[in-house]
Amino acid sequence: MATHIQPEGLADKGIAGETVAPPPRKERKLGSGIEIVLLAIFMVVMLFPVVWMLETALKDTRDIYAVPAKVISFTPTLDHFKNVFSSDSPVFQGFINSVIVAGFSTLIATVLGVPAAWAYSRFALKAKKDQLFFILSTRFMPPVVVVIPVFLMFRDLNLLDTLPGLILVYSAFNLPFTIWMMKGFIDEVPAEYEEAAMLDGFSRFEAFWRVTMPLLIPGIAATAVFALIFSWNEFVFSIFLITDPDTRTAPSAIAGLIGGTTIDWGLVAASAMTFAVPVLVFAFLVRKHLVAGVTLGAVRR
Amino acid sequence: MAEVHVNKLHKAFPDGTVAVEELSLEINDGELFVMLGPSGCGKTTTLRCIAGLEEETSGEIRIGDEVVSGLRPSQRDIAMVFQFYALYPHLSVRENMAFPLRAANAPESEINERVAEAARMLQLEPYLTRKPNKLSGGEQQRVALGRAMVRHPKAFLMDEPLTNLDAELRADMRAEVKHLQQRLGATMVYVTHDQVEAMALGDRIAIMNKGNLEQLGAPMEVYNRPATLFAARFIGSPPMNLIEAEVTNGHLTAAGDLKIAAPEGLQRGQKVIAGVRPEGLTVTESGEGVRGRVVSKEALGDETIYVVECEAGLFHIRMPATARFQEEQVVSVRHVGAAPPAYDPTSEKVVSA
Repeated sequence: MATHIQPEGLADKGIAGETVAPPPRKERKLGSGIEIVLLAIFMVVMLFPVVWMLETALKDTRDIYAVPAKVISFTPTLDHFKNVFSSDSPVFQGFINSVIVAGFSTLIATVLGVPAAWAYSRFALKAKKDQLFFILSTRFMPPVVVVIPVFLMFRDLNLLDTLPGLILVYSAFNLPFTIWMMKGFIDEVPAEYEEAAMLDGFSRFEAFWRVTMPLLIPGIAATAVFALIFSWNEFVFSIFLITDPDTRTAPSAIAGLIGGTTIDWGLVAASAMTFAVPVLVFAFLVRKHLVAGVTLGAVRR
Repeated sequence: MAEVHVNKLHKAFPDGTVAVEELSLEINDGELFVMLGPSGCGKTTTLRCIAGLEEETSGEIRIGDEVVSGLRPSQRDIAMVFQFYALYPHLSVRENMAFPLRAANAPESEINERVAEAARMLQLEPYLTRKPNKLSGGEQQRVALGRAMVRHPKAFLMDEPLTNLDAELRADMRAEVKHLQQRLGATMVYVTHDQVEAMALGDRIAIMNKGNLEQLGAPMEVYNRPATLFAARFIGSPPMNLIEAEVTNGHLTAAGDLKIAAPEGLQRGQKVIAGVRPEGLTVTESGEGVRGRVVSKEALGDETIYVVECEAGLFHIRMPATARFQEEQVVSVRHVGAAPPAYDPTSEKVVSA
């Protein structure tokens, strides 16, 4: 912020600084050189597994098992990706199920969570802090701990091996998160907007819908992306509650490929890459909203 | 336009704080009524109760002939201007001003006409397509006024609307608000903590403190004869000199034999606190009066404020700019002009007639 109130003649000062004291500048250059090297090493370490997966997905089955490994000198093929989407693919149905489960559970968590967060943000409620803590505490429990009781309940309710069952579980896990994150966003929107709209002749709900809602879009987008990523990546419930190949989701379908006598590593890698793409694309598309959402508190007022 | 009646309004919050205590106000049709007080005195809560944003614990509020208790804000036909303007940031200036009309489902032609009329009055025509964050504070405030105007409400409620503007703009906008209110013949309830604003704007001023009404009256009434010591301290800049004195033979006599003209209605020997305005005292080099030492001076151009230390305390004295006294100079101070109001030291209420 201070940059545009710098006085004139600062350029002169800058030049003077350069001639009088060059050593710190040199040091910085050296420092940034080390930084670049360290960051490059870090990047290689982080990205190597991903690159290796991508290569495996693109290699012919023979090349995958080649010793020494062919890092560059192989002919890329899309056969494995074709297999992922073919009609007899063991994972394709998993992807469809994942889309359904992630989409619906995010939708439910958002539709229920945003109004709840609004109410917690705007109204004086009894023991509000305790209620909010209780809501948050449901997230403290690791999924593995509750998976057996959930399994037993689902067995009695005939929800095992069904997509609605999984949607229910994921919605329940996403709801507290949505309420907490949205409450933060809604707190940032001054209540005066709604009060002004109410005096302008709208009901409380209309005021929320017409004034607060449009301002919350970035926040909702950010929250929904996080919920979506959770549902998309979730593995524990998926593998415990669903054994039927027709209703299992992509993570457990891909895990199912490993095991047995022969493993088609090309298909595993191609499935994994396909699985990673939607989340990356989605996060990339809403990155502006994500940043706007996360920095909302820093920018306003 | 309509009058607003507040009858024995009581507002207690769930945590037990009482914001407004049994407050009764009669606000006339077409009046600019100012509620003045420090923060936490209940003035904003009263306004929000009138608006319907807060529910009163007990008491009755009438707007025109209608008892509005229990009605939603949208059903009360009033407009409010907020301290932070509360312009809808995602809508253009035009849509912001059209918003109340859209709520009323007004036909498009009427919306255009009313918005154009308001924009003309407030000189907002060049900005109609802009978003609020592209406007200066003064322009934003005018948009907020425009949004309040378009619906021709029964009353305007103003919640410290000028507080966020810088000093120069505040004076301009103050004149504009007053002008607008007179032109529209609007009933306006105006909340502020700025006594200058209250004096400049109000047809009548209600001074509030801790949820109670301290004084209600026209600006000059309030200035000349504050009803309580609180009101005396609050109105006027620099504030009134509050001088402990005793009623003697036809005078109020303070420490060091400072003689102040005595008001009517006091008994000899009574101990009072005299409220003397800074212009009610005068400084001379060596005339009659009590001796004192100039502690500081503020030359304001048109006048100079001297702070003089006398035996009876520190006095703020307003002098014409032609007066030339130096700091540390020993001078004489005496009372001039009409008899000041006198207050009882324990009840803190005015006791002079």
